[in-house]
Order: sequence, then structure tokens, then C-alpha cells
Amino acid sequence: MDNNLLLEMKQIDKHFTGVHALDQVDFAVRKGEIHALMGENGAGKSTLVKVLTGLYGKDSGQIIFDGEERSFPTPQDSQNAGISTIYQEINLIPHLSVAENIFIGREPKNVFGIDWKAVRSQARQLLLDNGIDIDVTQDLATYSTAIQQMVAITRAISQNAKLLIMDEPTSSLAEDEIQVMFEKMRELVAKGMSIIFISHKLDEVYTICDRATILKDGKLVGSYDIDKISRLEMVSKMIGRDASNVLKRSVGEYEAKEGTAALLHTKDIDNRVKLHGISIDIRPGEIVGVAGLLGAGKTEFAKVVFGCDNTYTGEIEVEGKPIRMNTPKGAIDLGFAYCSEDRKVEGIFPHMSVKENMTITALSRISKFGVVDTRKQKEIVDKYIDSIRIKTPSPDQLICNLSGGNQQKVLLGRWLSMDPKLIILDEPTRGIDVGAKAEIEALIKQFSENGISVLYISSELEELIRNCYRVVVIRDGMNSGELTGEDITEANIMNYIAKNMKETEEAHG
Amino acid sequence: MAEGRQKAQVYKTVLNEHLKKFGAVYAFLLLIIINAISNENFLAINTMWNLLIQAFPIIITSLGMLFVISSGGIDVSVGSVMAVAGGMNAVIMNGIYPAFPRSIFLGIVMALVVSLMFGFFNGFMISVFNMQPIIVTLTTYIIARGLTQLIANGKILSFSNTPFNAVGVLRLPGNVPIQFIIEILFVLITAFVIKRMVFGYQVQAIGENPQAAKLCGIQTTKVQIMVYMISSFIAAIAGLLVSSRTSAADPTNLGALAEMDAIAAVAIGGTSMSGGKSRILTTVISAMIIQLITITINMNNIHYAYARIMKGLIIIIAVYIQQDKKR
Ligand SMILES: Nc1ncnc2c1ncn2[C@@H]1O[C@H](COP(=O)(O)OP(=O)(O)OP(=O)(O)O)[C@@H](O)[C@H]1O
Ligand SMILES: [Mg+2]
Repeated sequence: MDNNLLLEMKQIDKHFTGVHALDQVDFAVRKGEIHALMGENGAGKSTLVKVLTGLYGKDSGQIIFDGEERSFPTPQDSQNAGISTIYQEINLIPHLSVAENIFIGREPKNVFGIDWKAVRSQARQLLLDNGIDIDVTQDLATYSTAIQQMVAITRAISQNAKLLIMDEPTSSLAEDEIQVMFEKMRELVAKGMSIIFISHKLDEVYTICDRATILKDGKLVGSYDIDKISRLEMVSKMIGRDASNVLKRSVGEYEAKEGTAALLHTKDIDNRVKLHGISIDIRPGEIVGVAGLLGAGKTEFAKVVFGCDNTYTGEIEVEGKPIRMNTPKGAIDLGFAYCSEDRKVEGIFPHMSVKENMTITALSRISKFGVVDTRKQKEIVDKYIDSIRIKTPSPDQLICNLSGGNQQKVLLGRWLSMDPKLIILDEPTRGIDVGAKAEIEALIKQFSENGISVLYISSELEELIRNCYRVVVIRDGMNSGELTGEDITEANIMNYIAKNMKETEEAHG
Repeated sequence: MAEGRQKAQVYKTVLNEHLKKFGAVYAFLLLIIINAISNENFLAINTMWNLLIQAFPIIITSLGMLFVISSGGIDVSVGSVMAVAGGMNAVIMNGIYPAFPRSIFLGIVMALVVSLMFGFFNGFMISVFNMQPIIVTLTTYIIARGLTQLIANGKILSFSNTPFNAVGVLRLPGNVPIQFIIEILFVLITAFVIKRMVFGYQVQAIGENPQAAKLCGIQTTKVQIMVYMISSFIAAIAGLLVSSRTSAADPTNLGALAEMDAIAAVAIGGTSMSGGKSRILTTVISAMIIQLITITINMNNIHYAYARIMKGLIIIIAVYIQQDKKR
């Protein structure tokens, strides 16, 4: 036996009702390596992790950890054995403070019990080490998804584990936070820790990982050294077919029809908190990207447009008519759709079916006298399950039983199926695999051809470059620059993002 | 050995899932069997009709409660609203207030109007002012009961020989009690609303994730007000029918503790107390279980207090089984 191995999982099998999630999977992690776990949405990555940590029981198979055959009946057992896990769904406690979240279950003690002063100061120090400067006494829920994700990472890496598991830890993080995290990861590995890293972003995997194991439909495809497998090969193995024309699409110039006014005109949108004067216009069928750092105000702007924040000042016109956006209902009645970045809190209805989740916004359209036409409902659901390849045993499956990426696809289906005039996509491809990403991007392009406008918010610049006619860069709640056509390049966007403070102040002063 | 433990684990989860879904049905069958063995008259058709008559208030108010709980709320004012409806109708029917003409029709209308007003109050305070459902409906629980005692002047209002008396004891051909027909009707309507109507989806969506529901354009205020009005409306119907069958409206005892039975039925039925997916059939069966316990105790000449203890135990066991053990 290779005694360089920290973890060996052999012939792991796991069934859910109607799904063979893991089919005789072998998986091994060496000491001191960063090992990527790759595969499409629903391939079984998260399930493999959960079987390892004891969150799910396995049907059969063997787990050898640190030289001993082990079985962890509960996540607590695996944690005690030295496995620290960041699950795909952030599993922290929203109404405890940040500091408590970081130390829960292992609080520093003094003679009086928990040493709260130490909890707070140590939590603060740990976060500062990761480049996060926040008030640790506040409830976790008061912070953005990104900060919450950083807190989860901080908690996990401060546990001095032998094995760290990160299931899509970067999905809501911005570039510089990811860099900080990578640096930490390298430090930990240098100290001999092993890391299992799950991400749909190839760039990240190629930057940080040593080896990769690919799963497809619950079966092992193989394990490879990262420097011996090209990206194209990797993607082809993941999707099971030749990937050479995936993700190569690009859009041309936007051709405005003569006399078409802006569908949406916004001027000097200000909410005195995060927004300090943003102006963006979108014409019919135009795909406008919004780029900017975390906290620049991208999501806040989207929320104003969708009527979630009626404290704003500034002008909004829809098809030339001035309008005040007060409620999401009002926005939906105008033909707006908003696919939020926060899947768990603002997206899914966990214990309702895929069908119900997807058609909730289309109900008024497919009902008469308040009675839902179930035939039409089924048509919609079948159409999207098919066209964006949602992996589910049936439309009646509860959405909480779907893999993260597939949940995201159901939510996209929800908004696409209401036939919107404008669709606001806030990080729409978060957690979505490459194949599906290409399909969603193609769908977005098709929308634009049919005259639907898209406001595309993303922290992945490549995605904006590939898909947008125009990209608006915002910074500290203000417009920082705008790029069209050939000028949309990573360098140009970064330039506006990093434009120095003084300049922006003068421009708006 | 680890294998064995794992296998046991798998069986345990399968069993658990099964109990979650069908536990109420088993408990119901078990109670029927116990009764059939201990009492030879139990399986007579008349005993069944009696069960359905006695279970009437629990069955229909639990359906109202099902809407409320699915939407993420709770309504503890049900029993008091039953009383206010019964009392309102009785005082008008008896002509106690000269301002109102002595009329059964007017009595019923006023009973419904007052109940709906309480339902509106509940829904309005909860959705518009964001107040805790339990606090708001507790207030209504107190006020509605007090109002009933006030209009009845503290006395039991009895009435006889009116057409209204006939309703509660009406038997249709085949000796079928009117309560049975109303029960069937309410179950079917509830099932239709929850499974087929936009409103039903919206109620459950709000209970599952209120923030997402708002973003999906659901008018949560409107839906919540409706939900509490439905609960109060059904409570009024229950109050009226009970008073009709007993030929009296007792301001202190009519509907007393009815809300507890309704809440228990929904809980045992497997609908999450924090809102979401509505379980209709199991709720109805659970309502009957609760009544059956009382009947079982009565028929076997055991003190009524035991019925309460039994009910309590069953609720705690049922809710334990329903609980999601893995986060
Ligand atoms: N609790 C569950 N009940 C039923 N089916 C489940 C459950 N958890 C996962 N599944 C199913 O098992 C399969 C594998 O899911 P898993 O979450 O492991 O995918 P994944 O590779 O992590 O995907 P993603 O990239 O989308 O996160 C999917 O088909 C999913 O629907
Ligand atoms: Mg996953």
C-alpha cells in the first residue's frame, strides 16, 4: 500500500430514491496535496464528500483515513478525526455572531467558562489574517454571502485539520479574496495538510491543484496529474463528449434598431448606503454586463431596479415613462425578472418540488380564475428540464434533493419561463458546470435575439467578455467606466475597477 | 461490523421516512382495532357516524389551521372565534338586542361578519406590522372570548324549536349526518385550493421562504390576511354547527381548547410548524385520531383526564418522528 496516502475511499456506493449517486467510486488523496474533485452538476462530488464526513451513510465501500479503516457515523466524528469541511451550502448559524460562528464547539475557556474576550479577539485576528476586517460581534446574517463564505473558510482552516474539504468555496468570492484564500491554502499544504477542492472554475483548479479526480454520473472517470491533462481533455472527460466548441462563443456588436428608445433608463441612483449615483441604460435585446469589486454596489443596484429597495433617489424610466420601483411585484408586472445571487435565502423553496419551484412566477400566466393549468405547467417544466439539462429523477423531486448546480438551473428556469422583457442575472452561473454554462450562455444570447434585454452581473470577467455587448464598470457605488465591442477586455475592465479614488471623486464632484 | 451498523442505519432511515409519511394512518388503524376489540358495537355504522359528527369541529378547523401553519403562522384564536360566532347568532336569533330584528339569517350573517373581522385583524397585524402570529392571535383569543361573554351577558344562550336547531341534527337519506357532507366538502375544497390553485402554492411558498416569495412577486400581505380570514371563517362555521346541534351557545365552553386540537392535528399530520408543504389527508386523519382517543377513553369508562394525557403523548411522539434529524 502506498503509505503516502492520507485518504483512500474504495468502492463507495450510494443510492438515493431513484438516483444512483455514487457507483463503486475509488478516490485517494495523498499527503500534502491539493486534490480537485471535478464533474458536472449532479455528478456526485458533494455526495462523495458527505459520505466521507458522515453526513450521509454509505450503502457500501471502505474508507481508510490516516492508515486506519474508519467509518464516521456523524460529521462530529470526522471532525474529531481531523477532517474539516466547508460544505457547499454555508452551514453556519446566521443569528450567532461572527466570532461565535468561528469558535462554536471549541471555544477558548477560562475559569469562568467560555472566555468571550478571547473568542472575539482571536476571531478578529484570524479574519484579519485572511484580509477581512469586520466587526466580529455582529450577527453573521448581517454580512453578505461573500463575507459569510470567508467566515466559513476561516473557521475551517483554523481547525488544524489533517484534511480540509472545500466544496465550491469560491462561488461568491471576488478575485482578490480568492487570491488570499489560495495563499492560505498553499501555506497549509506546505505544513503537510491535504485539501480536497471542488470548483467549476477551471482557472482555479489549474492554478492551485496538483491532481484531479473526475466523476461522471456517479462513476469514476479517472484521476490525473493536473500538469498532464489539458483543459480541453479535462472538460471532455467531464461532459463525456468532445468539448472543443464549448465556451468559444462570443457576441458581435449590438445593432440598435433605429428609433428604439432604452427599455430601461436609470440616472443617478442613490440609496445613501452603497449606491452613490449609478446610471445605466439598457436597450431592447441588449446584454449589458455590470462589473465591479465585491461591495461596489452591483447587487444593490439590481435590487433597486427590481423594486426591493424603495429608499432610492434618482430617475428610473421604463420604455420612456418615468416610474418608481416600489415592489418586486410591480417590477414583475413590468416584465422584469431577477435571478438573485443568494440561492438559499432568496431563491429556493426547499421542500417544494422542482415543478413548483420553477413555475411559481409563471402561475398567473398559466392559470384561469386562480386555478393552475397543470398541463401547461408540465409543459414549461419539461421544456426547461430538457433545454438546460436539469438533472432530476422527476419534476416532483424536492428541490433540496438536487445538487447545487441543478438547483441554480431550476431558478434560471423560473425566471426564463415568465417570458420577461428584462432579465437581471446576478451571478447566474454560480456553481454551474462548464457544459451547462455554455448552454445557459447560448440561451441568454437567444433571448437577446428575441428582443429580451439582459442585465448581466458577474464577478467572472471572462463571462462578461464572452457574453456582453457592453460592460458598465462600477466602483464604490458610482459609474467608473463603460466599454463596448472590441474594447471589452480584461485589462480594460480591471483598469476601471482599479481606477484611483481621487479621479472618481473629481468626476462626480 | 461497521458494515452492519451502516445497514442498520439505512433500514432506520427507510423506516423513519415511512413512518413520517404513514405514521398517522397506522395510529388511526391501531385505535380502530383497539376499539373494535374492546367494544363490539364500535364497528356499527352508527358509531362511525357519531365519530364523524363529534370530530366535525376538529376536522374542519384543522383545515383552516393547515393554511395558517403552512404560511408560517399559527392561529390560537380559533376556539374563541367559534364562541363569538355561536354567541352572535344566538343573541340575534333570540332577539336579545332590539336593534337587530329577530332573524336566523341575520344571525348567521353577523356571526360570519364578526368572525371575518377577527381574521382580518389577525392577518393585518401579522403581515403589515410584522407582529408575531402567536401574540396577535392570543390577543384575539382573549378579546373574542370576552366579547362573547359580554354579548351573552355571561349566560348560556339556549334556543329551541327554530329551523336553526334542525341543521345540526339533520340526517340525509341513509342516515348520513350533514356534518359528514360538510367535512367531505371542506376536505375537497382544501385539497383543490392547495394542490391546484395559485393561492395554495403561494401560501406554501411564503411558509417555506418568505423572502424568496416576495422576490417572486407574491403579495405576501394579501395572502397572509386571506389565510387568517379563512381560518376564522371556518371556525365560525364550526361554532355555528356545534351550537346548532347542542341547541345552545355557551360563551365559556363553546370551542374551548379547539385551537389546541386543530394545531395538534396539523402537527401530527406532518406539516412543518415552521411552514411549508401542506399535508391534507394526514391532517384529517390526525383530527380523527384526536377524537378517537377521546371516544376510546369514554367507551372504556376511563376518566377524561387520561384523554388529555394521551393526546399530549401522541403529539410529542408524532412530532419527534416528523423531525428532520439530519440538518
Ligand atoms: N439528499 C438527497 N436526496 C436525493 N437525491 C440526492 C440527495 N443529495 C444528492 N442527490 C442526488 O445525487 C446526485 C449527486 O448529487 P451531488 O450533490 O453529489 O452532485 P454534485 O456533483 O455535488 O453537483 P454540483 O456541482 O451541482 O454541486 C444528484 O443527482 C442529486 O440529485
Ligand atoms: Mg455539489
